[in-house]
Amino acid sequence: MSKIIIRGARILGGEPGDVLIDGETIAEVGTGIEAEGATVIEAEGQILLPGLVDLHTHLREPGREDSETVLTGTKAAAVGGFTAVHAMANTFPVADTAGVVEQVWRLGKESGYCDVQPVGAVTVGLEGKQLAELGAMHDSAAGVKVFSDDGKCVDDAVIMRRALEYVKAFDGVVAQHAQEPRLTEGAQMNEGIVSAELGLGGWPAVAEESIIARDVLLAAHVGSRVHICHLSTAGSVEIVRWAKSKGWNVTAEVTPHHLLLTDELVRTYNPVYKVNPPLRTEADVLALREALADGTIDCVATDHAPHPHEDKDCEWAAAAMGMVGLETALSVVQQTMVDTGLIDWAGVADRMSFRPAAIGRLEGHGRPVSAGEPANLTLVDPAYRGAVDPAGFASRSRNTPYEGRELPGRVTHTFLRGRATVVDGKLA
Amino acid sequence: MKRHLISAADLTRDDAVLILDTAEEMARVADRPIKKLPTLRGRTVVNLFFEDSTRTRISFEAAAKRLSADVINFSAKGSSVSKGESLKDTALTLEAMGADAVVIRHGASGAPYRLATSGWIDGAVVNAGDGTHEHPTQALLDAFTMRRRLVGADTGLGRDLDGRRITIVGDILHSRVARSNVHLLTTLGAHVTLVAPPTLVPVGVEKWPCDVSYSLDDVLAKSDAVMMLRVQRERMNAAYFPTEREYSRRYGLDGERMAKMPEHAIVMHPGPMVRGMEITAEVADSDRCTVVEQVANGVSIRMAVLYLLLGGSDTALSAAPARTEENK
Repeated sequence: MSKIIIRGARILGGEPGDVLIDGETIAEVGTGIEAEGATVIEAEGQILLPGLVDLHTHLREPGREDSETVLTGTKAAAVGGFTAVHAMANTFPVADTAGVVEQVWRLGKESGYCDVQPVGAVTVGLEGKQLAELGAMHDSAAGVKVFSDDGKCVDDAVIMRRALEYVKAFDGVVAQHAQEPRLTEGAQMNEGIVSAELGLGGWPAVAEESIIARDVLLAAHVGSRVHICHLSTAGSVEIVRWAKSKGWNVTAEVTPHHLLLTDELVRTYNPVYKVNPPLRTEADVLALREALADGTIDCVATDHAPHPHEDKDCEWAAAAMGMVGLETALSVVQQTMVDTGLIDWAGVADRMSFRPAAIGRLEGHGRPVSAGEPANLTLVDPAYRGAVDPAGFASRSRNTPYEGRELPGRVTHTFLRGRATVVDGKLA
Repeated sequence: MKRHLISAADLTRDDAVLILDTAEEMARVADRPIKKLPTLRGRTVVNLFFEDSTRTRISFEAAAKRLSADVINFSAKGSSVSKGESLKDTALTLEAMGADAVVIRHGASGAPYRLATSGWIDGAVVNAGDGTHEHPTQALLDAFTMRRRLVGADTGLGRDLDGRRITIVGDILHSRVARSNVHLLTTLGAHVTLVAPPTLVPVGVEKWPCDVSYSLDDVLAKSDAVMMLRVQRERMNAAYFPTEREYSRRYGLDGERMAKMPEHAIVMHPGPMVRGMEITAEVADSDRCTVVEQVANGVSIRMAVLYLLLGGSDTALSAAPARTEENK
């Protein structure tokens, strides 16, 4: 493999420097680097980050290839600057056996755009009744370390306790979709002032917070670690902050859309804003940003949830929940966290690469930009401004809430183990 | 007037008074031997009903027919909709058939708004009840009934409900009638008080322009109209209240409670009533109860709405229906 020099980029937003990629690894980091026969990428004014890692992606394959495949999903990931994604288990069939997780893992290898780390279901068929063969999924070629019934909550306290305990044997983690099912029957949007007016079934904050409170207590009781998916309320932030203050092993993620959008958008009844957990209030958005900045929330995860057009081109109640997010995540984080001064680019590297890789115990990703490390890198032009045009998405689905919205920043290059998957903003 | 009628919140005071005044004109037509105006001849009104509601559908049908419109009734049951056709494809079909107005009843809140704003159809959209969101023509006919009874049919022309005290009792949480009435009656200057057990009041109600009381007895003496809402027995199973009997005891309107109301005050109900639950037979059958009047007024209001959305220009209105008849 040939040599590449990335010249003059600000590494993690710090001083400009050069990075020499030789084959699959970073050979040298410094200034004035020269190498014979190397391709030079002039990157003045750009930010060099470690390849982004997503803890929460729905690739839909197997089963819903009409909305996304591993190939299209990993292309979208590369465009968004990701070098590794965790593929959620709610496929058809459910990824609750070694066979299914190995299939997804193999499809990821074949795609070549981004590493795919399958997530295993906690319970058989996501039914919340019987533990899936967590050990078999861990021992499989896919090497599963993150387990989640995402899309559904592991609501039975005993099953949750057992899962938390069981995965300790192989340093796994349970990622909980916190949603008390009885409190959210028929739920369509955040319960509050807007839902009262619109006459849409309410999804109260307490349905998330009560499960998080229970699960941090369970994790503490059995000495396990627990990860909270797509935390969305100010109350949840308080609970996680309290749990961390106790020294308990709790981590949490927030989605880009919960950092930017509020339930006021539901007034349009446009199902592109329908998502689970639902868009919350301005006060929640501000609390989530603050929590991501102070470390209470560990990382950003996209919850990229592709849906075919017909599942959104309908009345609100009939529409599917979810938004695509891989290709806009970094821009939303720049707008809500960097341009607001809450975190710097080193903070972005931490929240979108180092921390998610560490939580998922993912090897070869979320590493420092230094010599000898795998060349998983993302180059960002932070000065770019442009309106989001879903027609140009690499994802098979177009259900973005940002259509026509101007967002800052653009990924110009993505490198997966030294190979450029994105060049000048386009798939290579 | 707006191009569609989706929410009572979209109506200004003047819009609403114009509709009520137009409805008075329409009501006079009903007193004539030939109850028909040529105003909407050649126009097509589609009644698109995804939920069963015979009362509302025939009210709209009668209204459209009295204005000489062609009426197509499209019921979702037994149609392609029950076989999985989307709202969009149904709308495109109606558009292809040249619907000038679509009157839609749908179980999903916001479906009429989607129909009106998604570019699927060009015609006017009238919300005939969407989920637990709104039912604006019901609120208009309620306001019309109140104005007639509390202000006067003739003296009421051009006037609103300034200072009238309206109490709405029952399942506020699931009621599109309550939502539309809160918006419209407030716009018309009335003071609205909602009465319900706390379980049947939505979280977020504190931002509504009305008062909320958990005690019916406290507000009866201060009400010019008391509107009872239907309470479905299923709610009991979801623990909104313990038993039917307890609900009736605390929130039902019986003769004894009616006697606490001021002498001029009226009892209203959008129907269908559950006698013995929210209202006793004694009250339902009394002179003070306007249920049957509300039904008759519903046709006048829907005539006015269709007329204003499809036929009338704002200016040509006041005597227009009568004049068109004469010019025939």
